[in-house]
Parts: sequence; structure tokens; C-alpha cells
Amino acid sequence: MMRLENKIALITGGTSGIGEAVAEVFAREGAKVAITGRNESRGHAVTARILQSGGNAIFLRTDVRKAAECQRAVDETLRSFGRLDILFNNAGVFFPQTALECSEEEWDLQIDINLKGTFLMSKYALGPMIAQGGGVIINNSSGWGLVGGDKAVAYCASKGGVVLLTKAMAVDHGRQGIRVNCICPGDVDTPMLPEDARMRGLDWKTYLAGCENRPLGRIGTVDEIAKAVLFLASDDSSFMTGAALVVDGGGTAD
Amino acid sequence: MQLSGKVALITGGASGIGRATALLFAREGAAIALADVNADAGRRVADEIAQSGGRAFFEPVDVTRAADCQRLVERAIRELSRIDILFNNAGIIRRATVLDLTEDDWDRVMAVNVKSIYLLSRVVIPHMQKAGGGIIINMASGWGLAGGAKAAVYCASKGAVVLLTKAMAIDHGPQKIRVNCICPGDTDTGMLREEARQIGEENTSFLAESAKRPLGRVGTPEEIAEAALYLASDASSFVTGTALVVDGGGLAGSV
Repeated sequence: MMRLENKIALITGGTSGIGEAVAEVFAREGAKVAITGRNESRGHAVTARILQSGGNAIFLRTDVRKAAECQRAVDETLRSFGRLDILFNNAGVFFPQTALECSEEEWDLQIDINLKGTFLMSKYALGPMIAQGGGVIINNSSGWGLVGGDKAVAYCASKGGVVLLTKAMAVDHGRQGIRVNCICPGDVDTPMLPEDARMRGLDWKTYLAGCENRPLGRIGTVDEIAKAVLFLASDDSSFMTGAALVVDGGGTAD
Repeated sequence: MQLSGKVALITGGASGIGRATALLFAREGAAIALADVNADAGRRVADEIAQSGGRAFFEPVDVTRAADCQRLVERAIRELSRIDILFNNAGIIRRATVLDLTEDDWDRVMAVNVKSIYLLSRVVIPHMQKAGGGIIINMASGWGLAGGAKAAVYCASKGAVVLLTKAMAIDHGPQKIRVNCICPGDTDTGMLREEARQIGEENTSFLAESAKRPLGRVGTPEEIAEAALYLASDASSFVTGTALVVDGGGLAGSV
């Protein structure tokens, strides 16, 4: 039995990493998916793969920092698929910087994509969800939305903001049948991770060795995060809202 | 089926969340070792599973006694040959401030809610280590993360469960044993009605209270069982040391 049969999902940052894995898992579970991103060729590659496996997917070039583009992404999803059941606010960027190193532009970029983008997409998705009697919003936060990390000021601020934005929206819209939760992944095998290693001037092996002194002794896979998102998107989590689901191999247990 | 070929040991399995979880896990293909102090109700659950084509046994157990825990685990290994999943679910509540709480009640709640996890885990973990891994799920509570009125010992016990969970996750992660806990909000179980009785309120006052929360209702045992299934299955293979809150938004904030 497919767990998202006849559901319509909108996934931001769906052209790589966790967003791409979630798009594929959702499609496999019966959902029609609209993915957004800024890289057109990668976006079309993801939708082509889903279509080839018999799924249904569209790509919507979107910069989640811009209200008009978020509104258009929601409108296009409704026009193509008729409704919107699941919004996965996943688009995110990260620069490893202390407050001294982070420029104002880099601060704005991280806060605007990671946090304001979540607000804007939710703002436009909530209307149709409320009108149809319910929906599910899942925000991608981070373990670093719960505890601080080194050289990650804007990222930590943005992800901490996502955790509490999640709770506030859960309080506001629970009565309208909308569940809002976030996931807090630890280090996961995405393009963001080697990019972080590069920007910190660490070779990949040294970087991975640093991930070994955690309870499960390894980084996560994008599929493992996608399964957490599927749990939150499906009826299996029908009594969950306002929660932060930590998926980090035990990284924040201590 | 998500738990095909697995063996799950569930304490407090005769009623409420434990019962719902036993039925769900069995439906997902797991063989069940059920423990409870309530033998009549426990046997009925095991029978129900057997009648639906599943595999289960019931053992009358007081989880506060080391010898009982030992006997339960030995029977599970003897009859079902392994333990993949341990759900430490048994729990009781006493609604009182520290002024009104007797020392006996303090000891009893701490023994059932917390010490039982230690007693059972220490006999189960060696079997999991030998098998190359396993999953432990502990029953905490929303009141293991935030305080509640007239619930001093319950809050103390559930806060202890949350941190015991994290400590065990750190100790046994390298042996591929994942340890997580669930923090339910008010759920439609016998315990909720028992709470109402203890504080001298009608059941309906709990329902009125829950109406103030984001989803505006109490949860069902089946909804908590689904969260346990997520933690028990490979879908949560990168999840350990966490407290999974399933509370209809009760802790997110006030409406």
C-alpha cells in the first residue's frame, strides 16, 4: 500500500540532496510532486527520473527569497495538480563562519533562504490547504537549530528560527487541520557536506573522521532523512504537530 | 510489512498504548513477548494476536523485580530465539504535589517508570550485542520535557527516562543499538481516566483541557503506536538518543 496515494507535495530545494531524495520517496509512495530550485538543468533531471519511473513531477524555477516567486510556485502547483497536501520547506544554504567572518550579505542570504523562505512558502501554501480542510507542512531545520555549532552563526540563527517558527505555525493552524513539524538532521551525505569541508579547509577524510565520535559513528544518508519526512507527511504521524524530529545518529544526545 | 521476522518485547502490554503497539507490531510481522502485572488482560491481548495469525506469548511480570525481568527475557530467548526490539512501556502515575505525595508512592512510581528500564535493558542488551544490534524504545512523556501541576514524581520519573535514553544511546550506539523515547501528550487510555479519578475531576475536564491545544483533542493509543513503529523500524535507522514528541501540539505553545 502506498502511503501518499493521491497526495500533492511541493518540495523546495528539490534539485539535490535531501530535497531530491524526498521527491523520489514521495513519488514512489504515490504523491505527485512539484519541486523548486534555482538550477534548471538539475531540476529537470530530477523530474525526468521520476517521470521515467512512472511518477508525476514538475519543476518550478523558484527563488524562495522572493514573495512573488513563492506565490507563483504555489499557484503553478495548484494549476498542474489541483490541490496541495504537503509542503516540504527544504531549501537551505550554509557558510561556515563566525560572527566576525560573516558579511552582512552572507547573513542575509542564509536567513532569507533558510528562514524567510519557509515563512513565504508557508504563507502562500496555507490558504489553499485551509480551504481544502487540512494539510501538512514539514520544515527542514537542523541539529544546529537545537544546539550551537562552531563557525555557523547565521546558519544556527536561521535553523533555531525554523524550529520556533514551526511551533508557532503549529499553534496557529492546528485547528484548521494543518500539522506543522520540522526535522533536525545531523551530518548527512549531501553536496552541502563536502562543500562545508572545502570551505573549512579540511580534506574529506579528516572531515568524516570528525563524524565518527558520535553514537552511531557515521553520517546519515539522504534516504534516512527522507524516511523521517515521509513519516511526518503521512497519516502515521496524525497526532504530531509542533515537534522537532531529530535524525542525527545521536549527535545531539550528549 | 515493516517488522517481518523481528521479535519485540513489550512491557505494560495488557492495555492502552502497550496493547495498541503489540497489535500493530504483530500486524507488521513481529513476534511479540508481552509482559504486564495484569495477567487476565495480558493473556487476552496475546490470544487476540494469535487469533489474527500472529505469534505472541504473555508472561505475568512485575518489571520492578530483577528476577521477573530475567525470567521474561529468558523465556523470550527460549521461545522466540531473539529480541530485536525492547519497548519499555510500563508506567503508572500519581497526581500529587511533593507535599501530598507519600514516600511509598514516590518509590513505586520511580521503580515502575524508571528503574524497570534499567533492570530490563541490562538483561536484554547483551543479547542485542551478540545479535549485532537492536532497538530500545522507552516510554517518556510530554511531562518528561515540561512540568505539570500536581505531578511531581511523574515529571521526575519521565525526565529521568528522557536522559536515561540519551545516556544509553551514547553507550550502546557503537554496538548498533538505537535507543529513543516517545513523549506522548494526553492519550485516550485507562491511565488518563485514572488521573481524572486521582485529582477528583470528571473525564470531561481532560477533554475540555485538550481542546485548548493545537489539534484540539487527545490522542489515540494507535497514534502513539505508529510513532513506536517508526522508531522500531528501519525507517529510523539514523535516529538515536531522541525524544519523539507526539502530543497534538501540546508542547508547541498555547492556542
